[in-house]
Amino acid sequence: MTLEAGECPNGHVSYPTHPRCPECGEPQEETHDLSGQTAEVVTWTKSTATPPGVRQPNTLAIVEFDVDGEAVRALGQVTTEDVETGDEVEPVHVEELRDPEVGLKSENPESQEWGGYRWDPV
Amino acid sequence: MGVAVIGASMTKFGQRDAWIRELLSQAGEECLDDADVTPKEVEHLYVSNMASGEFEGQTGVMNMLAHDLGVLPAYAERVDQTSSSGGAGIYEAWQSVASGASDMTLLVGGEKMTHKTTGEATDIIASITHPEEYKHGVTLPSFAGLTARHYLERFDAPRESLARVAVKNHKNGVDNPKAQFQKEITMEKALDSPIIADPLRLYDFCPITDGSAAMMFTTEERAKEITDEYAVVSGVAGATDTQVVHERDDPTVMGGVVESSKQAYEMAGLGPDDLDVAELHDMFTILEFLQLEGIGVADQGTAWEMAMDGATEKDGELPINTSGGLKSKGHPLGASGVAQGVEIYEQLVGEAGPRQVEADTALACNVGGFGNCVITTIMEAAE
Repeated sequence: MTLEAGECPNGHVSYPTHPRCPECGEPQEETHDLSGQTAEVVTWTKSTATPPGVRQPNTLAIVEFDVDGEAVRALGQVTTEDVETGDEVEPVHVEELRDPEVGLKSENPESQEWGGYRWDPV
Repeated sequence: MGVAVIGASMTKFGQRDAWIRELLSQAGEECLDDADVTPKEVEHLYVSNMASGEFEGQTGVMNMLAHDLGVLPAYAERVDQTSSSGGAGIYEAWQSVASGASDMTLLVGGEKMTHKTTGEATDIIASITHPEEYKHGVTLPSFAGLTARHYLERFDAPRESLARVAVKNHKNGVDNPKAQFQKEITMEKALDSPIIADPLRLYDFCPITDGSAAMMFTTEERAKEITDEYAVVSGVAGATDTQVVHERDDPTVMGGVVESSKQAYEMAGLGPDDLDVAELHDMFTILEFLQLEGIGVADQGTAWEMAMDGATEKDGELPINTSGGLKSKGHPLGASGVAQGVEIYEQLVGEAGPRQVEADTALACNVGGFGNCVITTIMEAAE
């Protein structure tokens, strides 16, 4: 399980990856593993009305990584409710971010991956 | 070819016992009556609906409605564009008449949602997100919280400005007998309500709603034969933005709003200064600011000042959401964009009752997802 950003031949980077670059339409052939580097919190929220199978409250943040000078953002759960804009965070892997056996996708939980990275303030 | 709207209707929005079948047929029948059109005159039928399969196990709603309204053998199609399904229906209906494929097109939008728990309904709506977002439990309200915090911090806007949007739209909704809430709220109530997605609270969000709305489209030539009271669709366009919200260059810019409104203005030969009234997609209070900026009425980072100055009140410089907006009127997904069209039509033909403002040119902006897709419609009163 990686935290992988995609890069196209024109140097545009996105997270998550896409078959074609959202900016120029070229195939994204390169990838960058973001899991070993820190990021900065751009904004955050604490969601109290969560769907079935999701922790409550669910603190979420959009964070910004630096990939060769290009800002690349990602969204994820935060490990704590104590977070502020501008905080430095590091990705921490979690096996299951929400219960795949509950909710609309419980009929086919294998349709996607459920593990991923939370942001832990450094 | 000029495309006219000659009739409109809307069921009561709110918690209804009726299921999707009855809601759609109620609005459809009332629209036929309002336009004084017989079912057999209808050549195309569009049904805007996001998720009747997921909400109540009912699919094929266009064939159901075509049969129930007796419009057979009209061409029938379901239009799904998530929360902007209604606006997309307006676009489809406009295309059908403008292309010459149909001389009489009925659009009906509807959704039945309140029988699900808030969590279940939230999950159905959140299923539009990318798997990398969905697995984190992100919801549309949480996108609103993330964006609102960024907007308030970056543009130094007071928290009260968002509450003012809620208070205004509730006030407008009092005069709309079809609205889910016909009840004013105070600033204190808005600012003290429970946190849903910090910094946003309960009154920053629209409710979960059942309801349906409909509009009748025909050529301008035929409209003139039928009635003096009609409006013309002078501009309509749709656009998309990234599915993954954090991939946008600027989290406070809704690219779909900017692009669709730009195209709609060009088609109509008009600009933001020409608008007399507008219905914006206030699913969350912060969206009213992002759309005022996206459609060019306010510069980036300044729309909150319009709320604080009262410029968007019913008696202000540019009345926004005279219907009460999604905030107090309710948000039955597939019906909402059509209901926006119903409101601006009624304003343009002088049928808005106590909500009436002076208006010859009106805009409706219907947003799908968190700005994933947007339809902007401009209508003008008949000359």
